[in-house]
Amino acid sequence: MGEKISFVLNGANVSLETEPMRRLLDVLREDFGLTGSKEGCGEGECGACAVLVDGRLINSCLMPVLAVQGKRVVTIEGFRETARFHALSGSFDRAGAVQCGFCTPGMLLAAEALLTDNPDPTEEDIRGALSGNLCRCTGYTAIVEAIRNAAREGEGLWP
Amino acid sequence: MAVAVYPRNLAEALRILEIQSPLVLAGGTDLMVKRAGTYPDECPVMYIGNLPELRQISRQGEELRVGAACTFTELLASPLLPDYLRVPLAQIASPAIRNAATIGGNLCNASPAADALPMLYALDAHFILVSAAGECRMPVRDFFLGPGKTMLAAGQLLAEIRIPIREGWRCIYRKVGMRRANSLSKLSFYALSDCAGGRLQDIRIAFGAVAPTVVRSREAEMKILSGLPVEEIILMYNGLIKPIDDARSSSRYRREACIRLLKQYLQS
Repeated sequence: MGEKISFVLNGANVSLETEPMRRLLDVLREDFGLTGSKEGCGEGECGACAVLVDGRLINSCLMPVLAVQGKRVVTIEGFRETARFHALSGSFDRAGAVQCGFCTPGMLLAAEALLTDNPDPTEEDIRGALSGNLCRCTGYTAIVEAIRNAAREGEGLWP
Repeated sequence: MAVAVYPRNLAEALRILEIQSPLVLAGGTDLMVKRAGTYPDECPVMYIGNLPELRQISRQGEELRVGAACTFTELLASPLLPDYLRVPLAQIASPAIRNAATIGGNLCNASPAADALPMLYALDAHFILVSAAGECRMPVRDFFLGPGKTMLAAGQLLAEIRIPIREGWRCIYRKVGMRRANSLSKLSFYALSDCAGGRLQDIRIAFGAVAPTVVRSREAEMKILSGLPVEEIILMYNGLIKPIDDARSSSRYRREACIRLLKQYLQS
């Protein structure tokens, strides 16, 4: 029998008995119905499946669920409930940084991870922080601008 | 259903390793791609990513000691990390992968394209391998046998990487890939030099991803130090590099790029 794997998912304690090597991505989507995390490539190239684990950006397609035992996982659904999400979401809207939207959850979480570490990033910092997230629509410029604007306008939101 | 095993400390991990021969997992970023679709299987999985003994970074005398389960992000955040290590590590993969991937995992996976490897060859790093029976210290060049093959025996874990501190040494690192982030190296070039007092005192050169393991030759380095002409040095390395054709690049391109990077470096 598998041991129960327990973690904090978007602020709530959860526990499940499952194959320990299942991808966190599949557990989130199939067991918890959290379909905001997307599968693009399934091998860590595209960042569409990114979530935060203990505050750090992680590709959920490369993390077996056993590795989140005792940790805090935040998906885009959990991040939606925060003021930071609303600041970022508004600036993404205004900059035209969302086209098909498939990369957007990962982009928003990559932006959150960046701004938490570095509330006043340069363009190079932003591009570096997004380097593991692919967008095939926007050409990135609008996304970079959205994050720069969010950093500027969201004063006090990020430490 | 497979069982996940969470040892609380290194001693417990080594006991489990001896008894159950589990799959050992730290960051998982290589294993999850390699094993995609292979579960469910019965092999127990031992998670070592949280083991406190494998997560330390410290300096002891002239050696940096890096726990094998430190992630690349943790390494890059350490004030103890010299620039000649920071430069290549900062170019590995992407932020999300550096947050999960561990240096020990990168090494035990033993890909010829492992980006942490050329610098460790150039610096004559050592590995500390531990088992329930005790520990041994092994030079990096003895550890790697070929693609995916290492000296790590059943019941053994890579616990620590010991890297000499070389004050004032400077590195040049060139990683050639399809995209700046997240690419597997077509090839990489790492050179380290000691120019104390304005004169070349020592030099180390390592090539990654152009042979089954990293290419480094102390003999060729000594020839560079003795002032052998650049053309002859290039001939020596041309004989040592044995690149392959694969999905990422061709043997011809890899050889040509290596030689040009070397030439540019030697002439600078």
